[in-house]
Amino acid sequence: MTFTPLASLVGGALIGLSAALLWATHGRIAGITGIVAESFRRSGDDLEWRLLFLAGLVGGGRLLVWAWPAAFGARTPRGVAVLVIAGLLVGFGTRLGNGCTSGHGVCGIARRSPRSIAATAVFVLVGMATVGIGRHLLVGAP
Amino acid sequence: MTAPGGRRWLAIAYCLLFAVGLAVSGMVQPEKVTAFLDVLGDWDASLAFVMVGAIGVYAVGRRFVKAWPRPLLAPAFSNPTPTRIDGRLIAGAILFGVGWGLAGFCPGPALVALGAGTRAALWFVPAMVAGMLLHDRVWAKVARRRAPSDR
Repeated sequence: MTFTPLASLVGGALIGLSAALLWATHGRIAGITGIVAESFRRSGDDLEWRLLFLAGLVGGGRLLVWAWPAAFGARTPRGVAVLVIAGLLVGFGTRLGNGCTSGHGVCGIARRSPRSIAATAVFVLVGMATVGIGRHLLVGAP
Repeated sequence: MTAPGGRRWLAIAYCLLFAVGLAVSGMVQPEKVTAFLDVLGDWDASLAFVMVGAIGVYAVGRRFVKAWPRPLLAPAFSNPTPTRIDGRLIAGAILFGVGWGLAGFCPGPALVALGAGTRAALWFVPAMVAGMLLHDRVWAKVARRRAPSDR
């Protein structure tokens, strides 16, 4: 892939800005995992903003693909089984570990939370190991 | 539900900003994510810059807000309760790391890609939600029954 340090830095800054604004006005951590999972609880005082947040992300994708289709890159050649297994692992793992790239990787590290720093180090290293094993040890993998 | 109406619109506006950030940064491209994770191959370090940008701006924002008694539109800040680094956290991060490496999706970008109609996200997101529910509705209850003294 092309190295895009500037676009990635700017995009990251927008992500950080959105999370900081959510903290300033709503007093909430922008952890996508928690927002998604807790939207499935029927009760909850702040169900409404969680559902709005989800609608905003999915709707944002809809708008983006219309305005800027190239942002989504090439279609991935992964098989259905890989995608489903990966989805199950991401869903279960982020709930078990209380967060994902946004909650731990951005908000948690910025707060210098030792838990988030540990979780991020682990999932980045394990992600690297997974890609390394898949691409360089197993023949025929993507 | 007496929340100020502005809260709703702002929540949507933040998501759009978040989605644009994910798109500009390249996070919504699974190939870009796996290229970042591919340190042994043709490594693309771009996503490290996403982390730097996001953490930097968020840390500055938090510092700015630090002295406020409450958020602008809510009664109180809801900080996560600090707990220790335990096996649960590490096991969760390991499972997440494997899934992230396999698909190149984490939850936020997957939802944006779902909205964009990306085929991979159409399979990935329902499975991700199923994984979350499997944890919350089944695993968490079994684990609680086994160790009732824990929390």
